[in-house]
Amino acid sequence: MGLIVPLFLQFAQMALVLAAAPLLTGFVRVLKARLQRRAGPPLLQMYRDIAKLTVKDVIVATDSSWLFRTAPYLIFATTWVAAALVPSFGTNMLFSWSGDLIVIVALLGTARFFQMLAALDIGTAFGGIGVSREAMFASLAEPAMLMIVFTVALVAGSSQLSDISNFMHSGAAGLRLSLALGLVALVIVAIAETGRFPVDNPATHLELTMVHEAMVLEYSGRHLALIELAHALKLLLYISLIACIFAPLGIAPPGAALPALVLGLVTYGVKLAAGAILLAGFETTIAKMRVFRVPNFVGAALMLALLGTLLLFVSATL
Amino acid sequence: MTPVILFCALAWFALGGIGMLWGRRDVTRVVVYGGTLAVAGIALLAAFFQLGLGDAPVPTLVLPLGLPWLGMNFHLDDLAAVFLIITNLGAAAASLYAIGYGRHEHEPWRILPFYPVFIAAMNLVIVAADAYDFLVFWELMSLASWALVMAHHNQQETRRAGVTYLLMADAGTLALLLAFGLLAGAHGHYDFAAMQAAHPSPAVGAVVMVLVLIGAGSKAGLVPLHVWLPRAHPAAPSQVSALMSGVMTKVAIYAFIRIVFDLAGPVAWWWGLVVLIAGGVTAVLGVLYALMEDDIKTILAYSTIENVGLIFVGLGLALAFKADGMVVAAALALTAALFHALNHMLFKSTLFFGAGAIQHATGTRDLSKLGGLIRRMQISAVPMLIAAMAIAALPPLNGFASEWLLLQAILLSPALPQFGLKLAVPAVGALVALSAAFAAACFVRFFGIAYLGRPRSGAAAAAHETDVFSRGAMIGLAALCIAAGVLPGLVVDLLAPVTQSLLGAHVPSQRGLSWLTIIPVSASRSSYDPLLIFIFIAVSGSLAALALHRFGSRVIRRAPFWGCGFRGLEEASAPDRAIGTQYSPSGLAQPIRRVFASVVFRARDDVVFRARDDEMMPASGRPVPTSFVSRWIDPAWGLFYTPMVALIGQIADRANRLQFLSIRRYLGFVFAALVALLAWNALWG
Repeated sequence: MGLIVPLFLQFAQMALVLAAAPLLTGFVRVLKARLQRRAGPPLLQMYRDIAKLTVKDVIVATDSSWLFRTAPYLIFATTWVAAALVPSFGTNMLFSWSGDLIVIVALLGTARFFQMLAALDIGTAFGGIGVSREAMFASLAEPAMLMIVFTVALVAGSSQLSDISNFMHSGAAGLRLSLALGLVALVIVAIAETGRFPVDNPATHLELTMVHEAMVLEYSGRHLALIELAHALKLLLYISLIACIFAPLGIAPPGAALPALVLGLVTYGVKLAAGAILLAGFETTIAKMRVFRVPNFVGAALMLALLGTLLLFVSATL
Repeated sequence: MTPVILFCALAWFALGGIGMLWGRRDVTRVVVYGGTLAVAGIALLAAFFQLGLGDAPVPTLVLPLGLPWLGMNFHLDDLAAVFLIITNLGAAAASLYAIGYGRHEHEPWRILPFYPVFIAAMNLVIVAADAYDFLVFWELMSLASWALVMAHHNQQETRRAGVTYLLMADAGTLALLLAFGLLAGAHGHYDFAAMQAAHPSPAVGAVVMVLVLIGAGSKAGLVPLHVWLPRAHPAAPSQVSALMSGVMTKVAIYAFIRIVFDLAGPVAWWWGLVVLIAGGVTAVLGVLYALMEDDIKTILAYSTIENVGLIFVGLGLALAFKADGMVVAAALALTAALFHALNHMLFKSTLFFGAGAIQHATGTRDLSKLGGLIRRMQISAVPMLIAAMAIAALPPLNGFASEWLLLQAILLSPALPQFGLKLAVPAVGALVALSAAFAAACFVRFFGIAYLGRPRSGAAAAAHETDVFSRGAMIGLAALCIAAGVLPGLVVDLLAPVTQSLLGAHVPSQRGLSWLTIIPVSASRSSYDPLLIFIFIAVSGSLAALALHRFGSRVIRRAPFWGCGFRGLEEASAPDRAIGTQYSPSGLAQPIRRVFASVVFRARDDVVFRARDDEMMPASGRPVPTSFVSRWIDPAWGLFYTPMVALIGQIADRANRLQFLSIRRYLGFVFAALVALLAWNALWG
């Protein structure tokens, strides 16, 4: 009994993020379509897409190697593990100690590494253009993310995400300038990392503007299904991350009973929906940037996060 | 265990003699490399045994050689044992690799005599326990490696690398000589035990620290003393490149730790600041160079500079913590640095072995002529992929484990009281984060261009797999990368005695934690369990594969890639046909070059029109042949070395006049010197 409930909750969380990710992406698409006065796809379209893709044949480029075929599984697995480490409806899941926030960031880095390698494996110019741009964005977004990790870890005195979330929930942090800087930086990083406007266009197929799509252009069938799912998981991960650090309201504390868990689940759903609404609104009101404007945008996140960390080094109360 | 190491050194010298006498015979290669491998194995076991002995005091061994009143002192403590493990593990792998790879050497007699001597010298530097020994073997190490670099001396480039290397090595030794002279004091206590006992004054300690940072830093490749490294390391044969990058830089780091942590007395807080900034700048600049470079071995050499920078960041943090009495945090930072030193030996050796295999299989080191090697070199591509992932600091491999520890140490540093450190540490933390992100991009570029995609030249299309010894060495080291990455607790525990003896504290023992987690400070601050993460990734990946293959389609069809409907391109996609429409390595790095390197490195991309030899666009309708030129400079030359050379030239010109004076003036100088000395003696004598 002592182990079964935590184990069940842990697996429930893993299943939940996997099941909810396509819904979240579908919800953003519906909202964006409505805001743009389009009919848009049905809410559940992404589930249908994935179901369709899994039964279709896979077509791979003539001389792509085994890496091209293995990469989708690795990308999916690392993203899923990273998403499962982020507290969703409750903190201190059974395995939450197996990785702190730095590990979560690095796991996403692993997924990106394989994504970029797979793109280079086909041997087309599309793969190269996607990789070169992704590498440029990542070389700013990753350090920015690490500085955000430093900021929140120094405030909370721990780099374990569950502990950070509990600390924020307790209200002991109060209003801090460093956290405000960290929040702005985290939002920018999240937008860049999930390939949304104004950094990347998730719906484009125009060569000049593609980043993520250029890298996955040659994927088809079940491989594409996994990559799409991983992409949706990443969006869910970042919204969950922002929610559990900056809006931990209602999240179930360790060892919570059933009502608290239900409350946590409901508030989690509300937070995801709120994140989706904000994202859709933001994406509708802004235009895509030129590729070489993006470093300024993401670089601002790096500087904000660095400033936040610096403030905390100077004084623990800022 | 000290005598064992000395006997090993004797055996290596003997093997060097064999290489000298019978270097032209084919069997000598197997004898020398095989013998070196066996001896390195014995030395490795001895080092492990020493580390397992625990706190038992180790006697200093004195041989009646060297300076008559001093003898030759040898001592093997825990710090030396850890670096002996790094050295001999690297030496063993390089020797195994060389048994196969050395077959392709045209003039083996230029390598075989020096190779075992080089390894012996590195071992002896580590066990040396007096300044005289240390410097003799340090110089022997430099000269032996110089001779190995000059193995292909008939190439102009190699000769230039050799000259640069020799100059920098001697400048470094000079700095170390002065540092030891200061530590020995007026009475000349050259053995380390006496230096430890005598507490140098803060001023002396500070000068010693700066001199050692120059002396050991030039050997390790700290910016701006790195200029020789990316020339010399790639010029040597690949097994020697691996030793120089993977092991010799670690011997330099050993020298820094030995002198600054052990001998130089009490630490001032600004030592940490200086070392931190040097390390952070080195890390970022090193990897940016690597990102722009096209030669595979030069990329690896620059990446060595980056990793040395990361190690020095760890050492700088440890010094800062030590100065402020935070010994547990200092132990964590030093553990991270030592762990990274071990990791860097593992993955950098593997990568150099692979680069050597590529060079032999294709005849080129130019990344822009490679591609698609994963199909031609199927087995050796796997350890290369693992090493590339490890050096890019991806979990659950070893490079990430040590960088994670380093970041945990940075998270402890707001408690440092000095404002200089408070401002510098977050900035250095950002530099470390930047270098980690660049390293990932750099090794995506390295592996992706060389091994993936389609061949960019006929030579790459006709490449062949390397021999069984080379593959064995690469697979062995890559397996250790995985082992150290998944079970970092074992390595952290192995390093505990070192930090205990140097700092009086160690990272809490990781033994007995459930699931082999590592908890560097306390469970409430952070924990990382790579074993569990590894299992999670493996299980969820296989679950996905199982589910998809069970319930979905299993068919894989092959078709030409999408070339925007351009028939010619798609039809050219027959296997192993070279095509040029893929991204080139410099094209792949162009966005990063433009964003990050246009100021410091003055990186410029130009299209040069050959007909008019300038950059003007020709009139429309008149096609002219054009070429793309990507230029960047190493600012260290312009800022540092060119002015220095000019200054030395000026001083030499001035001094030159002294040669053409009249006899009266010379006598006058002699008289003045005599009066000055007598006056000195009368006043202060």
